[in-house]
Amino acid sequence: MARITAGIATSHVPAIGAAFDQGRDRDEYWAPVFAGYDWVKQFQEREDPDVVILCYNDHASAMMLDVVPTFALGMAEEFDVADEGWGRRPVPQVVGDPVLAAHLAEQLVIDEFDLTLMNALEVDHGCTVPLSLMFGRPAEWPVRVIPLAVNVTQFPTPSGERCWQLGAAIGDAVRSYPAGLNVQIWGTGGMSHQLQGERAGLINPEFDNAFLDKLVDRPEELRRITRIEYLREAGTEGIELIMWLIMRGALGEKVEELHRFYHVPASNTAVGHIVLRPLG
Amino acid sequence: MRTRLYSLDELNDIPGTTVFNALRSRQAYHLHKFCMSLMQEDNRAAFKADERGYLDKFRMSEEQKRAVLDRDFTRLIDMGGNIYFLVKLSNTDGWSTAKAVSSMTDLTPDEYAAMMRSGGRSPEGQRSIRGKK
Repeated sequence: MARITAGIATSHVPAIGAAFDQGRDRDEYWAPVFAGYDWVKQFQEREDPDVVILCYNDHASAMMLDVVPTFALGMAEEFDVADEGWGRRPVPQVVGDPVLAAHLAEQLVIDEFDLTLMNALEVDHGCTVPLSLMFGRPAEWPVRVIPLAVNVTQFPTPSGERCWQLGAAIGDAVRSYPAGLNVQIWGTGGMSHQLQGERAGLINPEFDNAFLDKLVDRPEELRRITRIEYLREAGTEGIELIMWLIMRGALGEKVEELHRFYHVPASNTAVGHIVLRPLG
Repeated sequence: MRTRLYSLDELNDIPGTTVFNALRSRQAYHLHKFCMSLMQEDNRAAFKADERGYLDKFRMSEEQKRAVLDRDFTRLIDMGGNIYFLVKLSNTDGWSTAKAVSSMTDLTPDEYAAMMRSGGRSPEGQRSIRGKK
């Protein structure tokens, strides 16, 4: 049977991808950011996962104009890297797992989650920056990836509680998959940041650090955070943190914290990263 | 009536903040279509060669076109725009996202970058217009 062996959260700031692609990842500004991800690269070499279910948001690259899906699951064999206005990131094509994706789609819709299924999807920095942070610069990504895109841009986004429930259903669906796969689930985006208006540049380290603490052992408190509270406390783009609850919901009640990193700033954003192991 | 955890009026109560929603998405549909067209190199080149002529291919309002030509991100947000679409324009210009974002504040790009390096903008006094907290 397939197992979820780790849950990983990370910010997915586009400037991190640009710094990485341009070889500025060890300069004075960026070195402290990238140093926070040295540990996880070693971890991934040891863990050698087969598949990652990667929760991220599309930044008006493949969705949000003509269609605005609340939850969209990537079903394809491969996902091309989007050109977001400055050319494609020079990273490998993202390879999918259509068989596991079809199983997830089947189970999740039966479990009342009315997903949008994407048979073609270009992925943007929301998906590729976390891959670079976890795996560095391989010629090919060492995992298959099932992208799960969440609307966190157009109000109303799904609630944190809904994201948690989806994560719990994903956990059950993975555990009912017959092949013995080593599966990770990643929640990306956040932490606090706001990219618009006079309030742009908002950073709330108290909120962020409490979120990291509660993610480990009091997730029920995070499930109650409303959309308006995310907007007020973590900024209009900080509501991306609801995607971390999909990851956490998939891990079950108890987890062990293996690694944590928090740093301000990366461009406009507070960077957070945590690695969790489900217990039992 | 169904119960709600809070009134949607609260979305208008966050200082210096516009919450993007379905109506705004529709108001900015053609502006956003223009922004997404800049995901192709040929289109970026065509836009740079003749900005006004390129914009005239889209069913945007004159005010939206004017704000694009002026790179007035505050106005573009006022007219329904969302930053994730609008950065396709600033990326085409070779601007950092931080520079585009800073243009909506009362800070210069350098002042904004300095604020971020020293920890960003505190939420204190920035949570609620009514409550001033």
